Formats: sequence, C-alpha cells, structure tokens
Amino acid sequence: MKLTLANNKDVWAGLMLIAIGAGAIFVARNYPFGTALRMGPGFFPVVLGGLLIVFGLAVLAIGLRKGESMTGSWSLRALIILPLSLILFGLLMEYAGFVPAMLVLIVGSATASTEFRFLEVLLFAAGLTALSVAVFVWALGLPYPLIVGLD
Amino acid sequence: MDLFNNLIFGFSVALSWQNLLYCLIGVTVGTLIGVLPGIGPLGTIAILMPITYGVSPVGALIMLAGIYYGAQYGGSTTAILVNLPGETSAVVTCIDGYQMARQGRAGPALAIAALGSFFAGTVGTLLIALFGPPLAEIALKFGSPEYFSLMLMALVAAAVLAQGDMLKSLAMVVIGLLLGIVGSDVNTGIQRFSFGITELSDGIGFIVVAVGVFAIGEIIANLGDKDERRVVMDKVTNLFPSKEDLKRCIGPILRGTGIGSFFGVLPGTGPAIASFASYMVEKKLAADPSRFGRGAIEGVAGPEAANNADAQCKFIPMLTLGLPASGVMALMLGALTIQGIQPGPEVMTLRPDLFWGLIASMWIGNLMLVVLNLPMIGLWVKLLRVPYRLLFPAIMAFSAIGIYSVNNSSFEIYLTALFGIFGFVCMKLGFPPAPMLLGYVLGPMMEENLRRSMLMSGGDASVFFTRPISVAFIIATVLILIVMVAPAVRERRREIAD
Repeated sequence: MKLTLANNKDVWAGLMLIAIGAGAIFVARNYPFGTALRMGPGFFPVVLGGLLIVFGLAVLAIGLRKGESMTGSWSLRALIILPLSLILFGLLMEYAGFVPAMLVLIVGSATASTEFRFLEVLLFAAGLTALSVAVFVWALGLPYPLIVGLD
Repeated sequence: MDLFNNLIFGFSVALSWQNLLYCLIGVTVGTLIGVLPGIGPLGTIAILMPITYGVSPVGALIMLAGIYYGAQYGGSTTAILVNLPGETSAVVTCIDGYQMARQGRAGPALAIAALGSFFAGTVGTLLIALFGPPLAEIALKFGSPEYFSLMLMALVAAAVLAQGDMLKSLAMVVIGLLLGIVGSDVNTGIQRFSFGITELSDGIGFIVVAVGVFAIGEIIANLGDKDERRVVMDKVTNLFPSKEDLKRCIGPILRGTGIGSFFGVLPGTGPAIASFASYMVEKKLAADPSRFGRGAIEGVAGPEAANNADAQCKFIPMLTLGLPASGVMALMLGALTIQGIQPGPEVMTLRPDLFWGLIASMWIGNLMLVVLNLPMIGLWVKLLRVPYRLLFPAIMAFSAIGIYSVNNSSFEIYLTALFGIFGFVCMKLGFPPAPMLLGYVLGPMMEENLRRSMLMSGGDASVFFTRPISVAFIIATVLILIVMVAPAVRERRREIAD
C-alpha cells in the first residue's frame, strides 16, 4: 500500500496521543494544582497530559519522517456489531431479563463473523444460555430475573 | 526447631477434612473461572464471599485463597490456548505460550506452566515459613519515596519490555496512569474525569478495562484479519515436555521463583510485574533472545513460576501488616474483618492457626492443582476444537456476565464496549495494550506515594535521590532505559550510514 498521510500509522498514533493529552489537561484545568509541598488533585493529571503530548509529538515526527502504513482491514462489521450487542445486553439486562439479554448478545455478536450460520448459532445460543442460567443464576445465585415480569 | 514445628502445626490445621474440602472447592472453582475468560478471581471471590460467612475463618480464607491461585493456573491455560489473559499476570504467558500453541506445542506449554507453578508454590511455602517475618520487616522500612521509585521502575521496565515501539509502550503506561485517576481524589474528595457520571465516582473497574481491551478489542481484530490470530485448531499431540524442554526450564523456574518471591513481599506490585520481570531476565540471559516472542518455553516457565511465587508471597504483607497488596488481598482482608479478626501484625501471634494453616493449605492446593490440571489438559485441549465463530460469542457472553456481576451495572457494560473499540484502535495504530493496564493498576498508588513523599520532604524532590533504597530503584530505572534505548540508537546510526 502506498504511504499517504491518511494511512500513516504513526501520524495517527501521534495525533491520538496529543488529543488525549490535551483533553486530559483541558478537563483537569479546574482542579487545584497545588504546590510541590502539597500537590493538588490537578498536579498528576496535568503532568501526565503534558507527557502524553510530548510522546505524541515525538511519534508524529517519526511518522512524518518515515512512517509505516497501516495494515489489515478495519473490520468495520465487527467494530460496529460487537459493541452494539454489548449495549443491547446492558439494556436488556435492565428491562427484559437475563435470558433475552443472553440470547440477543450471543446471536447478535455471532453475526459479526462472516461464517455466520443462523440455525447453528441459534442452537448454540440456546444451549449456552441454559448453561449460564444453571451456573450463574441457580448455582452461583446471581440475583437476575430470568425474564422480567415472568416469575 | 521453630520452622519445623510451625509447618507441622500448619499441616495439622490444613489437613482436617473440612479444610481439605474447602481447599478442593477453592482450587476447582479457581481453575474453572481462570479458564473462562471475563470472570476473574476478583469478581468470583466477591460473589462467593457471602457463602463463607458460615465457615470458620481458616476455612473461608483457605477457600478464597484457593480461588485466587487456582485462577492463575486456569488463566495461563487460556493465555496459552486462546491468547486471552484472564488476569494481568497471564499477559506475559500469552507472548510465548500462545506462540507455542500455534506451533502445535500447547501441551508442553501447559505442562511446564503447571509444573513451574507447582515448584514455585512449594518453594514459596517454604520461603514464607522461613523468611516471612523478617522479610515483612524489610518491606515495613519502605517509605513513600521507595514505593514511588519502585513503581516507576516497574512501569518503565514493563513498557520497555512490551513488544514493539518503546515510545508507544511508554505512552500507553501514561494513558493507563490517567485512567487510574478517574474517580474521587482520596485526599480532597474532588471528582476527577468523572464528567458528573455517578458510576465513575469510584473509578473505572479493572475488569472493565481488561476485558474491554483484551477480550473485546482482540475479538474485533481477529474478525478483521481473516486468517491470522485464530485459535489453534491443529491436533495437539505430545502433551508432555521433552527432556530438552525440561533442561531449558530449570534455570528460568528457579530464577522466576526468586523474582516472584521478591516482588511478592512488596505491596503495590502485582503478579504482572513479577512475571514481566522474570520474562525480561530470561530474555536478557538467553543465548538467542530472538527466540522470545516466537514460542520460547523459557518465556512460559519463568513468568509462570514468578507469578505463582508472587501470589503466595502477597499473603505476607496482608497477614503480617494488614496491608492489601492487590485487589484480591483487599477482599481477603474484608473476609477476615467479617470473621471478626482484626488484620494486622497481631494475626501471626494471636491466630497462628490462620497464618500457618493457610500457608500449608496453599502447598496442598498447589498439589491438587497439578493433579487437577495435568490429567485434564486433554479436556482443555478439546476447547481448541470449538470453531472460532462459536467461541467468540461465548467469550462475549461470559465477559458480559462477568462484568455485569461485579456491580450489577449496565453502565460498566457500555464502558466495556467503549474500551473494546479503543483497544482495537490502539492495536491498529501499533500501541501494545498491556502496559496501559499496568499503569492503570499502579496509577492511584503511585500518585498517592508521590504526594506523600513530597509532603514528607517538605516539597523537595531530592528525597527520591537521597534515600538509598529509593535511589537504587531510580538508578535501575535509568539503566533499564539506557540498555533498551542503546540498540535503537545503534540501529538508527546504521540506517543513516546506509
């Protein structure tokens, strides 16, 4: 792959560090900095933020001088589906119960694979959910309703 | 012969059938949760703590301790087989253990991990009995400056050790330190980086960061790279290490045990640091360091011995000083307090049955673990046959349950999703995730010790350079940096010359 600014790994890495460092300093600007004798809660974050900016500039400089292009795909499918299934799990745990949350999480995240087979995953999800109910809810006694409103 | 009598006494306590049963339950549950990614000993011990209310203090502690070190055996199993560290301590085992598994040598890797751990456990038991009290006195002499310098050394060493770019590793340590700040400041109570979110006022959970970055981020990366980093599915034959393997491992196991025992008594350093240190020592001592990272059995043997020795010796500051050296030890202290025992230096004299019984049980537990693990390696190997398209949704499920069970909080699930994305981006940009976790764990203690040191010295930073132990750690830090930077400088010079 040809090296451009857009796929230069170290340029992006450097920018990320600078952004995090600057963000940390920005958020910590209102925390009392204190003195060397009595360091305030702002001291550590600001120093660390500054360090990150320095590291970021160094990485950025390396990237601009030679740099490496990024390899592999961004696996957009997994990058979207997996966090999304986790979020659904969190929501369903609160509003629908353990069983629907597990089923949705397992089937949902399985669709992130290109080898997804619906029937197989459905059976697998049912089995794993049953096992989890037995181990975590019945044996370990985690206090989760299996299905909300069905007790 | 005090030592002999004490140990005999300890075994007489640990060998009662109830305590044997608690020990067996502990190590079995520990192995199970160690193998299952996403549920660590921390969560499990917290969940199981209510069960121990009705048990005798010795029995409760024996069982909880069994979960703790049992999880380390189990954790190295997943580290080797699926490249997923159950805990920070297993991160190092992933490096060479997983490579060995990819080369079809998962069997020897698992066996040497179990044998190394058992040896370290045996020596650790003896060491605690022999040096426990005097060693605790040394650690007692450490003040805040020593702790700060020690942590600085540990973090720099860990960053420098991580594969790849040193600058990026150090940056990850700093990001980890920043993450550790989140929550209310212990000195002033001011909320830092919590953005008004109640769930963040206690900080970000260790499990959230670990599972997010290591489990979720890794799965995303796996699904993107079609043929790389998949679970090994080759038939694993030859489960036991060859004579050659064993010969290679004697030195690393002995040194790992020593390193682990040393770091174990120092509060504030987790088992990860011991195994990182051991790995680094082995890499430095190796005739051919390039083998490391490509499936060197020494890279499994040393760190595994180190983290087990460390796990055992972590009990010393907890039992003798009442000082929790890690999250798990904090839970153990909680269990003691619930039982009506005041943790502190008096425990050893007031409740010798507790101190010596626990120590003896740890040796018995280690023996049980070898018996449990080695014949059952075949069972773990069977896990390899599960196709990845089914394995990763299962990992997702167990991770989600594990995280949710800590605080029954959906918010932490969302946070985990976020860390998954962040972990993936980091991997894409060439940042190794392990140093971040270490910085994150040590961050709060480091800041606390820095602030205390400065208060102690009247705002004079030279305190770190005038106290002999502290300055020794600082010098070691600088030496590590020089040793590691030097080859890079040489390489760059050569590049310019070309």
